[in-house]
Amino acid sequence: MKVPGLLILAVGNPSRGDDALGPLFLERLGELRERGGDWEGVELLTDFQLQIEHAIDLEDRELVLFVDASVSCLPPFEFTRLRPACDTSYTSHALSPAAVLHVYEQIDRMPPPPAFQLAIRGERFELGEFLGPAAEANLAAALEFAGRLLAQRDAESWARWGAFP
Amino acid sequence: MSTLETAARQDYLCRVAIDPLSRVEGHGKVTLLVDKDHRIRQARLHIVEFRGFEKFIQGRPYWELPVVVQRLCGICPVSHHLAAAKAVDQLIGAQDIPPTAEKIRRLMHCGQTLQSHAVHFFHLASPDFLFDFDVTTAQRNIGGVMADYPDIARQGVRLRKYGQEIIRATAGKRVHGTGAIPGGVNKSLTLQERNALLVDLDLMIQWGRNILKLIKNAYSLNPGYFTYFATIRTNYLSLIRADGALDLYHGGLRAKNDAGGILFDHLDYRRYHQVIREQVKPWSYMKFPFINSLGPDRGWYRVGPLARINNCDFIPTPLAEEERKEFMALGEGEPIHVTLAYHWARMIELLHAVEAIRELLLDPDIFGDELVVRGEMAREGIGVIEAPRGTLFHHYRMNEDGLIEKANLIVSTTNNNQAMNESIRQVAERYLDGKELTEPLLNQIEVAVRAYDPCLSCATHALGQMPLQVELVEEDSGEVLGCLVRDADGAVHGRE
Repeated sequence: MKVPGLLILAVGNPSRGDDALGPLFLERLGELRERGGDWEGVELLTDFQLQIEHAIDLEDRELVLFVDASVSCLPPFEFTRLRPACDTSYTSHALSPAAVLHVYEQIDRMPPPPAFQLAIRGERFELGEFLGPAAEANLAAALEFAGRLLAQRDAESWARWGAFP
Repeated sequence: MSTLETAARQDYLCRVAIDPLSRVEGHGKVTLLVDKDHRIRQARLHIVEFRGFEKFIQGRPYWELPVVVQRLCGICPVSHHLAAAKAVDQLIGAQDIPPTAEKIRRLMHCGQTLQSHAVHFFHLASPDFLFDFDVTTAQRNIGGVMADYPDIARQGVRLRKYGQEIIRATAGKRVHGTGAIPGGVNKSLTLQERNALLVDLDLMIQWGRNILKLIKNAYSLNPGYFTYFATIRTNYLSLIRADGALDLYHGGLRAKNDAGGILFDHLDYRRYHQVIREQVKPWSYMKFPFINSLGPDRGWYRVGPLARINNCDFIPTPLAEEERKEFMALGEGEPIHVTLAYHWARMIELLHAVEAIRELLLDPDIFGDELVVRGEMAREGIGVIEAPRGTLFHHYRMNEDGLIEKANLIVSTTNNNQAMNESIRQVAERYLDGKELTEPLLNQIEVAVRAYDPCLSCATHALGQMPLQVELVEEDSGEVLGCLVRDADGAVHGRE
């Protein structure tokens, strides 16, 4: 069975305020997919946190997009290219996207597929909170940008919009 | 029981704390009381475990339980999900759930056993088998395994992922799914889902066998160490199928003594409170369960893979049964008491889980559409399951409005509380006593705890190297006499 070439992997806890940005981003894309259009070759995947096993989800992909809420990026979002990196997130339940790419390199003994990160600015992450108004606006902007990404599903185009940090 | 539980005099002793324990699930610490000649006078395992669930599910509707209680754990949520579902089945009078529902639940549980055993052995424990104790802590973790043994790491990661995919297919999500509901399940499998899961199955079985070879090889290279390290003679408790077979999902309670004699057998687990009691000790937040008829000093027991393999008469899948026979032959008719053999038993169960997954995936009942049954409501329900770490009890009572009035959970790690304490005392006496404490020596304590695969909470720190700080504190004044620190990056250094 052929694996869809583009994986969009969103992480976050829907119950923690703006941490829901990732899962909501994916949910809205899922709603768009329901309405039709060219979604062949696209897989949408969400989880609470990134773990070592997510490296396996990257296998046989042509392109990968990680989506997550961020308190450090500028609003409304930042789009960057990712490099594998063995950072300290390695020691926790929650790996960074770069650490997942590093795991991929180690266990598959080859470079990972081109991978990018869409970090959407969030402000409040308290348990039980809903998405805040600022995050809602940032999410709308990120979804609009995603339309461009989905229209040009190749690493070269994406690299022009999102350089290495 | 060891004499190291409580020192006779503490006023002249220094306290050493291994806090937190690394490469275990959740948070725990070990404290040692040491005299001026480095003699160990007291050793205790403390688990900083908050048992709030029993309290805050009071007042919640019964049908929420299978979904809510699995939040206890991010590693074995399926076990809590299914134990609660089994208890709630009794609350709604669903004595016999439909075959499709039971087989989907069993499949989910096998996926859970596979992924949990894989994460424990490959991610947490394998560095203890693959690297010497003198290897730096920066290397002695899953990162080091991936760098130096990429094939083993790859197999571990893929085995766990496969288990997670079984869970996703049966419960809807890899973590915290919703497959089991009161009286059954909310979905069966589609042909497409089944066929996708069959693709990698033979490979998983092969890898399960490979890892058993690795463990047996490690054992044969150093039999003295494996046989005596942290080893203690104990009673054993587990569920058992009516015909004596290993059964991780359902059965009666069987307990054996240290010579292999039956203490009780095929006991309806709804009567667990007649045979098991819990002791409270002033120095620990976690209770100490024991077999009532033997009393607290002689009645403590072990649960989990070693207990299950010791207790069962056979394993109902051929490859795992072959491995069980070879394993049990080491005991020459007695139970295997070797604490490090927990890992070996765990991998036999991993192989069994994969074999059982194949049987279930080839069973046409998993496509059925009779998913739920109901009966006459009852006020009390008790669900027991063999979680990866051992026997797990969920006991609920609800009022006439269907709201939970009382809950009692005895989790697997609690059952092993006394045994883990006894094992670290054995290690402290054998390996640490009279020596100046160093990081490799202290890691021996952690190796003993790790064998039990304790799940101390499940919030953080599943992988790699946790920061570790060991302090020598003067007992009376509280003055810190010395300090050894291991940073998150694995670097170890002294600190004034």
